[in-house]
Amino acid sequence: MRFISEFRRSELAEGLISQIHRKSRTPARFMEFCGGHTVTIFRYGIRQVLPSTIEMVSGPGCPICVTANADLDKAIALSQIPDVIITTFGDMLKVPGSRSSLQQVKADGAQVHTVYSTMDALKMAEDNPDKSVVFLGIGFETTAPTIAASILQAEEKGMRNYYVLSLHKVCPPVIRALLDSGEVKLDGLICPGHVSAIIGSHPWEFIARDYGIPCVVSGFEPLDILQCVDMLVDQVENGESRVEIAYRRGVRPEGNQQALRLMEQVFEPSPAQWRGMGEVPDSGLKIRKKYQCFDAELAFDIEPGPTSEPVGCICGDILRGVKTPADCRLFGKACVPENPIGPCMVSSEGSCSAYYLYGGSFGG
Amino acid sequence: MEDKILLAHGSGGKLAHELVEKSFVKALANPLLAKLDDSAVFDLSGRLAFTTDSYVVSPIFFPGGDIGKLAVCGTVNDLAMCGAKPLYLSLSFIIEEGLPQSELEQIVDSVQKAAQEAGVEIVTGDTKVVHKGSADKLFINTAGVGIIAQGIDISGSNARPGDKVILSGTIGDHGIAVISQREGLSFSTKLKSDCAPLGDLVAEMVNASPNIHCLRDPTRGGLATSLNELAKQSGVSIRIEEEKIPVREEVLAACEMLGFDPLYVANEGKLVAIVPAEDADKLLTAMRKNKYGKNTTIIGEVGAEHPGRVVMKTVLGASRIVDMLVGDLLPRIC
Repeated sequence: MRFISEFRRSELAEGLISQIHRKSRTPARFMEFCGGHTVTIFRYGIRQVLPSTIEMVSGPGCPICVTANADLDKAIALSQIPDVIITTFGDMLKVPGSRSSLQQVKADGAQVHTVYSTMDALKMAEDNPDKSVVFLGIGFETTAPTIAASILQAEEKGMRNYYVLSLHKVCPPVIRALLDSGEVKLDGLICPGHVSAIIGSHPWEFIARDYGIPCVVSGFEPLDILQCVDMLVDQVENGESRVEIAYRRGVRPEGNQQALRLMEQVFEPSPAQWRGMGEVPDSGLKIRKKYQCFDAELAFDIEPGPTSEPVGCICGDILRGVKTPADCRLFGKACVPENPIGPCMVSSEGSCSAYYLYGGSFGG
Repeated sequence: MEDKILLAHGSGGKLAHELVEKSFVKALANPLLAKLDDSAVFDLSGRLAFTTDSYVVSPIFFPGGDIGKLAVCGTVNDLAMCGAKPLYLSLSFIIEEGLPQSELEQIVDSVQKAAQEAGVEIVTGDTKVVHKGSADKLFINTAGVGIIAQGIDISGSNARPGDKVILSGTIGDHGIAVISQREGLSFSTKLKSDCAPLGDLVAEMVNASPNIHCLRDPTRGGLATSLNELAKQSGVSIRIEEEKIPVREEVLAACEMLGFDPLYVANEGKLVAIVPAEDADKLLTAMRKNKYGKNTTIIGEVGAEHPGRVVMKTVLGASRIVDMLVGDLLPRIC
């Protein structure tokens, strides 16, 4: 089986699209939580092919976008400490903090390296025993297990120069916060695919049960999203709300137990700062006491200085789904991918970047 | 002990002469080079095309080619994209001291093979050796001249509304093949770079239709960037269909894993042609006969509305803008 082109076949898409048009009668607003889904929706022009009864809004599921400026400032401050090497996933480099970005401090001589896996960061620590290697732990449940694994491996090897700045976030609590705020009324939620591959579909049950909102876990190909929308429409038209999976090839209801065990072993829930939403209880992951010698937050004297937000940027509102990039007066003018002001224009999964690259008027 | 390139190999002294005589002149045998004068001297008449490019690909060996083959093909293709018949190339090496001589010989060997296939001669050259750390193994610069037949006028500014857009095969093969070998990123794939000289393909195209409007090889920045350049240069819009663009399953898979869009991934043996609609079928037939054009397809057409914009009909039948590449996917792929 071909796992990519099979899920992009136009004749199958056509069938699903006409089925959705036939079935959808009740006006409904669906949110795709995940930035990866936002990209698929724009890249394939999915909003254009859906009936006018369905409104799609983008959610806060871009880990880079939701990282608060105060946390970015910490990472940048860490890079200024002598003999510290910062390792990070690539997208983080360009995100502007209060005064600078990792890309800028790198150009000024700070040691900042892009890695594709935490194992590369570990290797860098092994190769540079006289330096401190800090990995920026940014991401959702998808990346947290591999970062937990790197800490366990560092412990096993007795390494004392590897650290993680844990800015991880977990998704279900922030969706609860979003729904409790009452700012956005939703009739369906497209649940994140990669996050669910780790945590399973059970953690979304409260949304269907307590808030009466249909939930469907989706994959990232255009047919996945269309199938997911079709299943949401079914629930809306039948007046039901339950959690379903439209991504069986990636997600099991119980999730990935081994990954969950790793996370549980190394991290514990903590409050976390979300851009646009402030502090959300239990939505972060803190390194447990047992492994605190790997916690960059404790190991270094980090002095990030005062935090400030870019004037005029509405990334926070966009992340909550209450505004769209088109509502921002900086969008496409002062804020463009080559000179981003807000994080949603930087990250490849950011709403502003997707609107800009794939054309709001064409793609949206 | 393995023989390595030393600083003295670039000094102009004895070792340098030895290297030039033994490794270059012999391997690249042709009378113009063998004279070893300060310049190659030859007669040419007619309209000439002249181009230069530097090659810094990392790693220097990759599946389907190496920096030597790339340095010949890249310059040959730049000449061909102007409708020229490529004739003579220069070849300059900037070598980091410590490069194994065997690797250099292997690269000179691929330069020779690529030049032979492309029907060009390397007629002049230069070698510099720099301190360890001042370069990364080996950089190559080539320049080339070619001759353009009468009546041929191929330029990025010639696209006209109604023209058809033709692509000579699958996209993204080179970029993904090189990236698959990168340290810290290596993944296993059977994919090979498409690196190839396209002079013959272009000659056959020009033969089939002397009215070709634009040719471009979508290297860095990929197909999306080339189409944007052509749309802007000609002041037209280009509309392409996603379903018509051939992409190998391996490239799709790697792109998914790395978060790339194949439209932006580099090619080194493909071309995109913009041609009058009435000549499109003729060209398609001619191109498919060439081994580098077997998978040629018509991927779209030129329009008058929204000058400078490239729009793609997605597999779902929706439309979206295809912008130029912003920033870099991964540096040093050519």
